[in-house]
Amino acid sequence: MLDLLLRALLGGLGVAAVAGPLGAFVVWRRMAYFGDTLAHSALLGVALGFLLDINLNLAIVVLCVGLALVLVTLQKKHIIATDTLLGILAHSALSLGLVAVSFLDNIRIDLMAYLFGDLLAINQADVYWIYGGGLAVITLLVTFWKPLLAVTVNEELAKVEGYPVEAIRLLLMLLVALVIAVAMKIVGVLLITSLMIIPAATARKLSSTPIQMASFASFIGCLSVCGGLWASYRWDTPTGPSVVVCAALLFLIAYTLPFKRLR
Amino acid sequence: MSKRLVVFDKIGIAFDGRVLLSNIDMSISEGEIVTLIGPNGSGKSTLIRILLGLQAATSGEIVRHKTLRIGYMPQKLHIDPTLPLTVKHFLALVRGVNKQDILPTLEKLGIAHLLHSQVHVLSGGETQRVLLARALLNRPNLLVLDEPVQGVDVNGQVELYNLIESIRNELHCGVLMVSHDLHLVMAKTDTVVCINQHVCCSGSPQHVTGHPAYQALFGVPGADESIAIYAHQHDHVHDEHGSILSDDGDAHAHCQHH
Repeated sequence: MLDLLLRALLGGLGVAAVAGPLGAFVVWRRMAYFGDTLAHSALLGVALGFLLDINLNLAIVVLCVGLALVLVTLQKKHIIATDTLLGILAHSALSLGLVAVSFLDNIRIDLMAYLFGDLLAINQADVYWIYGGGLAVITLLVTFWKPLLAVTVNEELAKVEGYPVEAIRLLLMLLVALVIAVAMKIVGVLLITSLMIIPAATARKLSSTPIQMASFASFIGCLSVCGGLWASYRWDTPTGPSVVVCAALLFLIAYTLPFKRLR
Repeated sequence: MSKRLVVFDKIGIAFDGRVLLSNIDMSISEGEIVTLIGPNGSGKSTLIRILLGLQAATSGEIVRHKTLRIGYMPQKLHIDPTLPLTVKHFLALVRGVNKQDILPTLEKLGIAHLLHSQVHVLSGGETQRVLLARALLNRPNLLVLDEPVQGVDVNGQVELYNLIESIRNELHCGVLMVSHDLHLVMAKTDTVVCINQHVCCSGSPQHVTGHPAYQALFGVPGADESIAIYAHQHDHVHDEHGSILSDDGDAHAHCQHH
């Protein structure tokens, strides 16, 4: 039992640590709905992974990146407003995923675990995947921090100064896709974006520089995981939603109490 | 002769049959101040975007000198309020910037006290200076300033123009300035180019008649040295959409912009 909890804690902390800084970018660039769309399509990735018998995580990453590329292309054509486009893609991808899963009669899938996450069900391989993927995300984030931030602050200035804006934008999408694949086991496709956005939004109240906000978001995410896991153990509540509830509570506390911003 | 940094050769741009710019010929040399004026919708911003490489021309060619390095000061700066950012961090984002240069640049622009301020709380004038600092930190030989004095009062305009001139004298860089004010331009401008989809007229602002009288109207100390009036010498008339009306009567009619 202790082993199980420890593994869950380890996995959860790993996910929260990477979701925080990336969540900050999602908040800054107003990509929340975009993240949701990618997350919803992850279920389709799971179904395809089972159908084609390939690694599920890999299937999710490939599908998310593919969808991100489709999104960017469609966005450029200005056929339809971006939020409408995202709404169409998010829910069609989710429904398509649910339909595809129903075709898999020979495999039993715990749908709830994929939709809302099941932190207590993660195994040793999942932990390795979380830390491997997480390390890759953090390394890329640290290496490309300045260009990522420059493009986020003002794309035109960044372009004039010679940053490869398109490539950086693509990198950010790749990172979001990676985090979604990593986080899916923990909080499920429907709640992944919240693990990125809520800690970042909470951190905003306390920070005065981008780096502060990114690191606080990590820390607050980790706190939420601890709290959610504890609640889940104590009252036998579903882990994924418990983590999100805990993050939301921290957000409320940060914005109601008169915290001073760090300089 | 100083080198030509940028040459526009018959630049044109059209979308879905709608012509935004046609046959623009223009050049900017090192140490030269060029002011681009034109009414709203005349294609000034589009021309700037072509120069900056943010948009492609559909006809013509733009020749950039191989040493060309642009410092761009946009009209406005919108930074999402969810992004905490100090002036120092904003300026540190310049590609390949030497962080030691940040404070001296701010000092030169008289805004050293803003180093640790959040970018969201700056006033209009302060934001413009911070943007100018960012443009300068890119170590440019061409400054592109999009409506640098917009929303600044006449006193502030004079100050900003003096600043721009001293920067030009110090760096010997070219300066391309955009203004939507058709009549008030910087006196130190070497060339004024007036466009309305095409180049309407160009020349030096000093050729203007009646200029002391107009300046007396302002009664602002220093204004008589920094602001000049530009008289337009057009030989054609525009309709409401900016296209040239065929003019059979008066061949010397002046440009009538709406």
